Amino acid sequence: MFNRDRWREILEVLTKNTWRTIFTAFGVCWGIFILIVLLAAGKGLENGIKKDFGDIATNTMFMWTRATTRAYEGLPQGRRFEFKIDDVQAIRDNVPNLRFISPRNQLGGFGGNNNVVYGIRTGAYNVYGDYPEIINQDPMAVTSGRFLNYNDINEKRKVAIIGLGVRNDLYDKDEDPLGTYIKIQGVNFLVIGTYKKNDSGGGEEGQKEIFVPFTSFSQAFNRGEDVGWMAITANDGSSISVLKDKIVNVMKERHKVHPEDTRAVGYFDLYEQYNRVESLFGALKAVAYIVGIMVLLSGIIGVSNIMLIVVKERTKEIGIRRALGEQPWSIKKQILMESIFLTLISGMVGIIFGSLVIFGINSLLDSVGPVDMFMSPSVSVGVVTGALTILMISGLLAGFIPAQSAIRVRPIEALRTE
Amino acid sequence: MIEIKDLHKSYKMGSNSLHVLKGINFKVEAGELVAIMGSSGSGKSTLLNILGMLDELDEGTYTLDGVPIKNLSETKAAQYRNKFLGFIFQSFNLINYKSAAENVALPLYYQKVPRKERQEKALQYLDKVGLKPWASHHPSELSGGQKQRVAIARAMAAEPKVLLADEPTGALDSKTSYEVMDLIQKINDEGNTILVVTHEEDIAHMCKRIVHLKDGVIVEDKKVEQVRADQYV
Repeated sequence: MFNRDRWREILEVLTKNTWRTIFTAFGVCWGIFILIVLLAAGKGLENGIKKDFGDIATNTMFMWTRATTRAYEGLPQGRRFEFKIDDVQAIRDNVPNLRFISPRNQLGGFGGNNNVVYGIRTGAYNVYGDYPEIINQDPMAVTSGRFLNYNDINEKRKVAIIGLGVRNDLYDKDEDPLGTYIKIQGVNFLVIGTYKKNDSGGGEEGQKEIFVPFTSFSQAFNRGEDVGWMAITANDGSSISVLKDKIVNVMKERHKVHPEDTRAVGYFDLYEQYNRVESLFGALKAVAYIVGIMVLLSGIIGVSNIMLIVVKERTKEIGIRRALGEQPWSIKKQILMESIFLTLISGMVGIIFGSLVIFGINSLLDSVGPVDMFMSPSVSVGVVTGALTILMISGLLAGFIPAQSAIRVRPIEALRTE
Repeated sequence: MIEIKDLHKSYKMGSNSLHVLKGINFKVEAGELVAIMGSSGSGKSTLLNILGMLDELDEGTYTLDGVPIKNLSETKAAQYRNKFLGFIFQSFNLINYKSAAENVALPLYYQKVPRKERQEKALQYLDKVGLKPWASHHPSELSGGQKQRVAIARAMAAEPKVLLADEPTGALDSKTSYEVMDLIQKINDEGNTILVVTHEEDIAHMCKRIVHLKDGVIVEDKKVEQVRADQYV
């Protein structure tokens, strides 16, 4: 492999007909360029879409109650029921591998009435009664003050964390909201923190939320033991899609819902949605690979063609070398290495050009600001390694037929051609 | 050194076959310098190709230095060619993009001789044919006679048992031909076995034995008084 004479010969052969070599190399170069750019574009789209999922823990489901659709154990159809705070512990006891179970209550909602008052200003906001863990499932950056903690929960403190949107609506620009009181449906809460969600975390609406302790919420707004809905996140490594049936069944059992009543417990499996998007990108990637490899294939055929011509041109030389005692496999190896070398080098040039284009697009995106559904296209080291492997194999394939025809050259016939 | 018994060879030309060699019996001792003569079509090149393991015989036996040569695989044939035989061609057949020294070193490369040793040996043989100063020249920069001398050096580099020369002077003018023959004679003087295919009488008479081929059979096989080529040089 690392034979100086062999390499010298490869270089001599390839540089003998420089333009031909360059045009041949261009085919492979172009193919791998297309492959790299397509994959990077796919990745850019993927990054863009996934940004919309934001930092939300994707291995999460949301669960709420609805009216039953079947009579069961003497209870009528169409009965409404509520999750209770005890249900949280019941789920924890019965279903393993769950990371967070956050019971939540909510005030307001889409198009709700004004429900929050500060001084002479009012606004309509979503108000959540939450446990401190919610910040892991619905990530936000606390910009001032602090988030909820268990002392707030245990002592049922009437404290609130408000979003940046709320702060901008209700407060003057230079006013410090910390330590002030806002009135939520007539109940005063002390503002102890402000947060800002990532742009992607629900957009404008995401900044207009108020978080208060779950226990204080229940007491202040008369919810008793009721739980509006739950956000449940599974441990990394176990899928919430697998666990969700178990969780739903625990709920059905506790609330005397017919086991086959599929409507009574509503849920939304974020992971499943995420997976659907994920598989879409899998398909996109496959298309990129197929198109790229197809284009590459025409380049490879070009290489194969040229190698056949090279063998033809060198028939006499091969004959001489055979007469001097070169082994057939040595000739074969020579042709194969020339082919692989040519493919690899031109492929690397393609990869470099592809990377430059990606770099250019990235710096363009940086300078014009974020574009919808497209973000930092890139290829990973894995993809590049994969591309190189493809090149290696295709070089081998491209050289195979010419090499075979080279060793079929019988020295006597080769020497006869003048 | 070479022993051929009842050698037959025919070529298929479409539907009819051409019987080229029709029972050749032929023996060459070590150190001989044999000219194989005959008009074109007499089968002399075919005979040389078979001797050179470039072609296979149909019938008969061929023994080279005690080794029977029959049904060799390409790998084996290449190995034997490298070890036993040195070729000198009418058209020199040097590799154009390699320098004289590299051309000479080629058979040694196939023997997997280390690079340094190869270069030394190549220079040594180039010196022997008087071309050491041209070692780094490419074939295109050499005259016909010089090319043939490089080819001779290359044929000798692997230290083969037999040198096979196919019309070695065919492409050269008579003065250069005699120079080349002088060189061949000198190599023969050192004890090397050489077979020369030629159709030129004067070249044939510079060998020690002349074998006449006609229509695929040996019609005459005689020892001759060798004419030294150096008297013409």
